[in-house]
Amino acid sequence: MSTDQTSDSAPLRARKDDKADGFTYVGRSVTINRPRHELFAFWRDFQNLSTFMENIEAIEFTGPDRAVWTVRAPAGTEVQFETEIVDIVDDTSITWRSTPDSPIKTEGRVTFADAPGNRGTIVTADIGYTPPAGDLGRVVAKLFMAEPNIQARHELKRFKMLMEAGEIATPINHRN
Amino acid sequence: MRALTWHGINDVRVDTVPDPEIINPRDAILRITSTAICGSDLHLYDGVIPGMKQGDVLGHEFMGIVEEVGPNSSLEVGQRVVVPFTISCGHCFFCQQQQFSACDNGNPVENQDASEKLYGHAMGAAFGYSHLTGGYAGGQAEYVRVPFSDVGPIVIPDGLDDEQVLFLSDILPTGWMAAENAGIGPDDTVAVWGCGPVGLFAVQSAMIMGAAQVIAIDHHPHRLELAARFGARTINFEQTHVDEALMEMTGGLGPDAVIDAVGMEAHGFALDNVVDAVKQKVGVGADRGHALRQAILAVRKGGRVSVPGVYGGMLDKWPLGAMMEKGLELRSGQTHVQRYTRDLLERIQRGEIDSTFLISHCLPLEEAPTGYKNFRDKQNEWTKVVLRPH
Repeated sequence: MSTDQTSDSAPLRARKDDKADGFTYVGRSVTINRPRHELFAFWRDFQNLSTFMENIEAIEFTGPDRAVWTVRAPAGTEVQFETEIVDIVDDTSITWRSTPDSPIKTEGRVTFADAPGNRGTIVTADIGYTPPAGDLGRVVAKLFMAEPNIQARHELKRFKMLMEAGEIATPINHRN
Repeated sequence: MRALTWHGINDVRVDTVPDPEIINPRDAILRITSTAICGSDLHLYDGVIPGMKQGDVLGHEFMGIVEEVGPNSSLEVGQRVVVPFTISCGHCFFCQQQQFSACDNGNPVENQDASEKLYGHAMGAAFGYSHLTGGYAGGQAEYVRVPFSDVGPIVIPDGLDDEQVLFLSDILPTGWMAAENAGIGPDDTVAVWGCGPVGLFAVQSAMIMGAAQVIAIDHHPHRLELAARFGARTINFEQTHVDEALMEMTGGLGPDAVIDAVGMEAHGFALDNVVDAVKQKVGVGADRGHALRQAILAVRKGGRVSVPGVYGGMLDKWPLGAMMEKGLELRSGQTHVQRYTRDLLERIQRGEIDSTFLISHCLPLEEAPTGYKNFRDKQNEWTKVVLRPH
């Protein structure tokens, strides 16, 4: 994915103009106090993603590197899109993009890097997306919410909670 | 169960609400035997902390008997425990630095957004203290759900009454950390603003840490008497010019360290405080900072400023010039309770620390609204209120 930069070393997702190649970029870095290998292995097993990504309804594998994602959208609707893995570097990064016939155009990368000292691993997600036109586009825009970074930030924080604390914090007092 | 709930400014009620249940594997459910009203609960009562919702269960100082445990709790049913007000996971970078109140994982994700905007980083979590700190139900109730119950609660040995150990949950370690943050050495003079529960524990802690002189400042005669009982000298700010008295009582040097145990609802009719109070009333998120300003001006050059008092929003007229020109150190923070509980429990067992002197009133939970009103309005006599839900 593009990392086109000029006089500024900040990642695209932090720049005021967060658009490039027709994509809007969102994402976040979190530092997780666990070994890099462990975090990579958990993420690499894609079925695990639904434990901290609240909007995922189902992940169905259509090939060794291909999956169809069913994502809950507002008002009881669902959105489906297909992705393929473009590149995997063990314990370092996973890069994916939507397949050519997927209704939603998206690409993303999650990277795992050692944090300084004993601080664990810096996990960074960069996700680019282009909402399609028409009704589906409006649903996708709502799905990613008015502030698309919120969703990426929440999911990475839930991942961190699960990996560090073994559970995801909630103020809920009752099971139903 | 019965629980004290927040309904608006000056409006707390005892309602019937559903019993809590085990939600996460590290949870425990506690049957509350004693819970206290904290000075910082009055900030909620007065409506100066944002993020409260109608029906929220209050209370962050509590203890009780373990009733039920999740599979990953280290507690056992029947154990008697005191619970820190800070909800901390024990495994993140901050918990491992013993900075428990800065825990990354206690505050639920959805509740982190507001404080992330307000403070630059999300706040840690606490029981019964607004949705900014997690929206958790508090312990002024018959039962409470305790997350991360393998990290926070401390098991109390037989032979100690609730009154002796209850304050390990907040005000005792808060007073201790206030004194620690003041960096007290053997020849030091320490001045403490506010002789509420935290101020009085800060006085007691400073004495134990070996301060040569502790000066306590308040306007309630009875609270000043309590401070004097621990060997503090006292200043009643309604009778005396605090700044002049402090200079005279320190041979013109000023105190080596100052502790602001007042927080954002400072009393008094100094001009700056009247302006602050008006702004706070009209809701522009302004804190009242008269005590803190006075402390910063009073402290000696190169001195230390410790702020255990609760502040929530913005403060203007900050004496930044005094801070910089005098070369002051400032330390503050919500208490890292779990860091102190074991040591303080041992000091209680040895008779080194007395925490019972403070309790003026014990009430059944049903009378909690009266307790709140009197704790705020009759501070001279109502020094500390303990509620008994069972």
